[in-house]
This record gives sequence, structure tokens and C-alpha cells, in this order.
Amino acid sequence: MANIVSPLPGVFYRKPGPGKPPFANEGDTIEVGQTVGIIEIMKQFTEIQSDVAGTLESFKVNEGEMVNPGDTIIVIREG
Amino acid sequence: MKKLLIANRGEIAVRIARTAREMGIETLLVVSEPDADSLAARTADNFVVIGPAPAPASYLNQDAVIAAAVDNGCDAVHPGYGFLSENATFARKVAAAGLTWVGPDADAIEMMGNKSLARESARKAGVPILRGSDGPLDPDADALEAARGIGYPLVVKASAGGGGRGIRFVHNEGELLETIEMARGEAASVFGDPTVYLERFVKHARHVEVQVLGDGTNFIHLGDRDCSMQRRSQKVIEEAPAPDLPDAVRRTIRESSVELARECGYSGAGTVEFLYDPAGHEAAFIEMNTRIQVEHPITEEITGVDLVREQLLIASTGSMSVRQEDIQFSGHAIECRINAEDPHNNFFPSPGLITALEWPSGDGIRIDAGVEAGSTVSPYYDSMLAKLIVHKDTREAAIEGALEALHRTRIEGVKTTIPVLKKLLDRLEFAAVKHHSKFIETVDNLMEAP
Repeated sequence: MANIVSPLPGVFYRKPGPGKPPFANEGDTIEVGQTVGIIEIMKQFTEIQSDVAGTLESFKVNEGEMVNPGDTIIVIREG
Repeated sequence: MKKLLIANRGEIAVRIARTAREMGIETLLVVSEPDADSLAARTADNFVVIGPAPAPASYLNQDAVIAAAVDNGCDAVHPGYGFLSENATFARKVAAAGLTWVGPDADAIEMMGNKSLARESARKAGVPILRGSDGPLDPDADALEAARGIGYPLVVKASAGGGGRGIRFVHNEGELLETIEMARGEAASVFGDPTVYLERFVKHARHVEVQVLGDGTNFIHLGDRDCSMQRRSQKVIEEAPAPDLPDAVRRTIRESSVELARECGYSGAGTVEFLYDPAGHEAAFIEMNTRIQVEHPITEEITGVDLVREQLLIASTGSMSVRQEDIQFSGHAIECRINAEDPHNNFFPSPGLITALEWPSGDGIRIDAGVEAGSTVSPYYDSMLAKLIVHKDTREAAIEGALEALHRTRIEGVKTTIPVLKKLLDRLEFAAVKHHSKFIETVDNLMEAP
């Protein structure tokens, strides 16, 4: 298992915008470098990318929830 | 007007509350939960919490804002800038609730919010516009032919775009059709409106704008401003009047902006924005903002007119207190936006607790702040903390004064853009008015340069 952690504080979003499909869902195959969410802080948006390949096991943060640096956002089952 | 609801936060909320108090108008501020102990909340006579931190749940929640106004006996709503200030639906709901809307009527907001309609009104009013497709590009028209008349490079703009969004560049004929298709698709998904238009591209453009006031009967201008020092289409330093503008251009943009306000029977404060091509001494309409703007203080400084007071007068009595012949210009004013961002780390946002804060004071220095020592800078909203405004007799003295004032400003606990503001004010290009709206992006290692 690998954790994708937030590098910064902000608000986590699974979707690129309102009404858009999520970047990724539980059970999806994830590749290295794939965008899995975005974090907004003070109107600036930072894409969160996976640094491992595998299957998206679970989200640890809900849509629109605050995160702090180091918080686990997503758990990936490697391989 | 007895009791005004302020539907905003930060420095503009403080600013509106201050003028309302001077006019004997009671104020009620709506706040999100974390803003309940903000400087704005303490400045207003009263505040009411309308929702949690995320703006859609509080400051953008139209029904919650209106309910707060009605339930608390307010008779008017001032939206400030940003948030709901240019939302025609909200303006209509405010009026439908029997409240006075401090701003132009919803139809004017709507028309100016549509870039191709706005361009059409501007053309009718005699406002100079850039060579372009003269209104929305007809999907069945010969785009290649239209583009030949404009010349390359050109830009494809979404009618519903604005603020630097919804723009695509076309360098040559080969890219045109594909880019238009992409722009249409993008505009449809981002703005819900696929309409696009074509416009000539000006490489080193300055951003100049004219402040107007209208009360439906009288229409005046309060001079011009230059907002060319921008980073990613966000203004960083503004000044008034716009420096180094040929007299004929200045007269044209001022007078035609007044005509545009007259053309739409404008009521309230507005800003007509122009792109100025210094190479061809040519100004062209970009858009009209139907609200008070962040940079309004520099106009107030050089004219002595309180723009928020005029907004409130127009909304409450139907007329402004000044005529064109009353407007006298004096000196030069510069505004620096102080943001909680780290210029040494690619302007990364820097929320947190302001542990210490000291503002400079003195002749010609004005600080419009949304924070004080002990304030927490929230990660939920934009990063602007305050505006430092300096008004002096000449542009040189204003630049010098702004630099000196920034040196005397101390903000601790969060990173701020003060170091980059100092660097920019110190640039020879700025002194010589050789900067343009993409200048900051073209300077390598701005923060490392000596």
C-alpha cells in the first residue's frame, strides 16, 4: 500500500470543476504521474499526482474537505 | 437608506463600512464562520454568520445573503467586488426582495458580462475597439475571411469569458479553424456558452482604464488609471493617472467611456477597461466592470471624490453629488497590492497567523487593510491582505514614496509580496513606463536580480 499525501494545506477536490467527472474513482488503475485530485488554496490550484502505479484503494479525504501538509489523501494498492 | 448589508469580506468590507458610518448608515456584515473575528466583522456595526468557510456555502450563497438582509431589517445590499458583485441574478433577487441594490441594474450587468454584447455597445457609443469579428463569430461564417481582415496574430475569445480566461492565440491561418473549434468547445463547457469572437493581438499592451459614475441622468468620468503591472492577469501595482498617454488618446478613452455609460443608462460606479498599444498610440476597449474596483482608491486620491459614498448616494437618492466640472485632478497616486504569497517561492500562497504588523503613516500614505496583528489569513479566500496607496505631487515622488512606505511596512507570520513590490517599483522599465501587462512574466529571476 502506498499513501498519496498532500504537499500543502488547502481544500481537496476530486473533480476538475463542478459538474465534471472525478479524476479517479476507487478501483481505478492508476499510473505514475496521473492526476488524482486538486488542492485549492487561496484561489491557486495544485494538481495532486500519484507517484506510484497500482489500484486506487480508498480516499481518506472527502470532496471539499481541508487538508494539511502530510495528510494522506488517497491509498493506492501498488502493482 | 438606513441599514446596509455588506456582502463581502476583507479590505473592501472594511472600506464600505467606514464610509457608510460617515454617512450615518448602519451596517450589517455577512461573514463565514472563520471570518467572525475578522477586522471587517469588528468594523461593521453588526455581523451575522451565514455559513461555513467555503465561499459557495457562505459569501456566494445568494439566498442566505438575502435572508440575512431581510431578517435583520436591512434596506440595501452593497456587494463590493468579486463574489456576487457582477451577478445579474443576484442583483435581481435583491431587488425582488424589496432591497436597494448598490450597483447598476441587472440588465447592465448582464450586457457588460457578455463580451461580444459589450463590444457591440462600445462600438455604438463610439468607444475605440480592436479590429475584430465585430460581434460573435457566426459559426457558419467564413472565419478565414474574417481573420484575414483582422490580421495575424489574433486571439479567439469566449464571449462569456473575462479576467484573462477563455482566450486562445492563433499565430497563423493554418491554426485558425482548429483553434476556433477548441475555443468553442472549451467556452461551452467552462462558461456554458460556446460563443466566441476574434480580435487582433497586441504584443506589448498596457492596461488602462477609465473610472465612470452614472446616476441614470448624469454621466461623468473620474480620469484614468494604469494597471499594466500584472502577474498572470492579476493586477499587482496600479497608478492614476495613466502615465505617458498621448492627450488625444486620454481624451478619447475618457469621453467615450462616459458615452458608453450614457448608452446603457448606467447607474453606479463602473470601469471601462482598455488595452493600450504604445507602439501605435492606439487604445481599444476590453470590457466594462460594473462594480467598485480594487484599485478605486488611487482615483479617490487624485480627485478627492469618495467613490463608495457616491455609490451609496446614487443607490439611495438616485443622484450623485458631483458634476464633471467639479472633478479636478491633482498629483499622482500609486497602489500596491500586498498579498499573502511567497515571491521567493513562485508566489506560493501563505495563509496563517499574522503575528506582528506595522503600517507606515504620513503625508499622502493611505492603507486599506483587511487584516491587523492577530488576524488569521484564511486559506479559503484570495490572498490580498491590504493595499498601500501613496499620493504625491508627481509620479516620481509617488514611486519614491511608495518604496519608502513599503520599507517601513512590517508584516510577520505570513510571507507577503512586499519584496517583489519593492523590486518592481525600483525597475527602470517602470520608471520609464516601458512595462506592459506581460512584463513580470518576461523578467527572469526578478527576486534574485540585484
